[in-house]
Amino acid sequence: MKDKQNSKFRQSLRDFFIASDAESNGKVKDRVSGLRNYVNKIKPNFNEGGKFAKLQSTFEAFESFLFVPDKTTQKGCQIRDAVDMKRTMIFVVIALMPALLFGIWNVGYQHFIALAEQASFWRMFGFGLAKTLPTIVVSYVVGLSIEFTFAQIRHHEVNEGYLVTGLLIPMILPPDIPLWMVAVATAFSVIIAKEAFGGTGMNIVNPALTARAFLFFAYPSCMSGDKVWIAGQPDAVSGATPLGMLMNGNTDLPSAWTMFWGGIPGSMGETSKIAILLGGLLLVICGIASLRIILSIFAGGIGMGLIFNAIGATPYMQLPFYYHLLMGGFMFGAIFMATDPVTAPQTNKGKVIYGLLIGIFAVLIRVINPAYAEGMMLAILLMNVFSPLIDHCVIARNINMRKKRAQNVKI
Amino acid sequence: MGNFKKLIIEPLRKANPITILVLGICSCLAVTAKLKPAIVMGISVMVVTAFSNLIISLLRKGIPSRIRIIVQLVVVAALVILVDQFLKAFVYDVSKQLSVFVGLIITNCIVMGRLEAYAMSHKPWESFLDGIGNGLGYSLILIIVAFFRELLGSGTLLGYQVIPQSFYELGYRNNGLMILPPMALIIVGVIIWIQRTRHPELQENNKK
Repeated sequence: MKDKQNSKFRQSLRDFFIASDAESNGKVKDRVSGLRNYVNKIKPNFNEGGKFAKLQSTFEAFESFLFVPDKTTQKGCQIRDAVDMKRTMIFVVIALMPALLFGIWNVGYQHFIALAEQASFWRMFGFGLAKTLPTIVVSYVVGLSIEFTFAQIRHHEVNEGYLVTGLLIPMILPPDIPLWMVAVATAFSVIIAKEAFGGTGMNIVNPALTARAFLFFAYPSCMSGDKVWIAGQPDAVSGATPLGMLMNGNTDLPSAWTMFWGGIPGSMGETSKIAILLGGLLLVICGIASLRIILSIFAGGIGMGLIFNAIGATPYMQLPFYYHLLMGGFMFGAIFMATDPVTAPQTNKGKVIYGLLIGIFAVLIRVINPAYAEGMMLAILLMNVFSPLIDHCVIARNINMRKKRAQNVKI
Repeated sequence: MGNFKKLIIEPLRKANPITILVLGICSCLAVTAKLKPAIVMGISVMVVTAFSNLIISLLRKGIPSRIRIIVQLVVVAALVILVDQFLKAFVYDVSKQLSVFVGLIITNCIVMGRLEAYAMSHKPWESFLDGIGNGLGYSLILIIVAFFRELLGSGTLLGYQVIPQSFYELGYRNNGLMILPPMALIIVGVIIWIQRTRHPELQENNKK
């Protein structure tokens, strides 16, 4: 019964978005018809043989960004869902909004706490915006220009995948990261992790995490320690994240509640678990993120935390297991990174194995190897690489089981 | 003369041992963090491939084919020990940096590969040239990789500071990932990518 209700709700939600889309198309048509007419007028120039045939994919990208694309499946029944890539990506961007807005505010909040100054909400938000916005702009400009260049050279369409990646990259970086580093890391991840494998949908590892891993190994002094997590930080104040404190053997952590609502130093988007869970809820309801993956990651992390609690040899191991879920990028990674449908396994059993192993590895790396404070990034990248193998094993096992069953049937 | 050109030039381009045959990758990871060891390593491998090719080609009619690998190994091992001793005597610091990797030239796939594929069936002079050519092709890639790794990873070339101090004051940092071995693989990968894009005939036809 509950299931039915749930799917009904999901359906109505989808109907709402789709209907509103169609409606707006009808209503607003008159107002934007000038733009539509203009686009239609210049369209032939970009078709084959036209003046700007070389820029066809750029034109197409802008057209489908502005309007519902006119290229739909004409025959056959390939449609699985009314949600296409454009809408999927927009949903993810919407789901990221709470965490992003909170992150912007938190950058300001942490800054004024470090200065021991009182400031109004808008002043904090404004300061955060001034710190965050350039990073986001750099990430989008660099990434999109590389995407467009590759699309032109290879004559394929520019697709919307980068809209999400470009927002994820700033959200998992420290607020004080130099902009040129963002540019280098974005270029590296788009070229090496994405375009080298054939572009959107073909990548093996998550491009946003690749950018973070690149920075983490290339410029460790700007990515870890206690001087990078608070923008404009005075020297006397230590701005260590909870993970950073544990790395130095300091177990005097902020309370679980503070870490849950997010008033702690950290990467721009990862601090507030409430905002992340809100976004996650939207993704799960819309059927974009797999609840199976998210829950198994939590289960893996909790399980490993409990095992360490049982051993309890160091102060780090004695840490309550639920702290692991609240520290660092665990929650953010579980909901926005690991669920990326391109790099996660496709089979249901595979998703569970993948999630469990991510949770286990993330906590294992954190506790056992203090040189890598953030185990979540490495755990997800590692399991990204293994996910095709997991799928393969699950499918092969299924085939074998069915074969045996078929052999045992006596006719 | 045409033959000469072909034997020396081709391994630099479309028959490159590293980017096309994908041999000798291991040492490419190990010794390319700095330019100087890479150059010394390239020359050492070139000497070993050239002379082992020459010697095996001279002996090729007398080697029973059943034990040819053992004979080849004896020749290569002898040459590698010679090179190792030579490096120890004349460039001791580089020899220390290269440590075991000089000894491991014995296992370098390029050496054995050229012996099997070329020297066993060609005349001595041509085999010698083939060895030089493949050694050069190997050195070329090693030097390109080491150039980028040392420049971006340490800001130096051959040990001299290249990136001016003012850059660092503006906030430039050396890229620590360049020093780590994975970056050597990524650079080799990028070189292969560029080469295959420029010469589409090198791409395997994977349309089924």
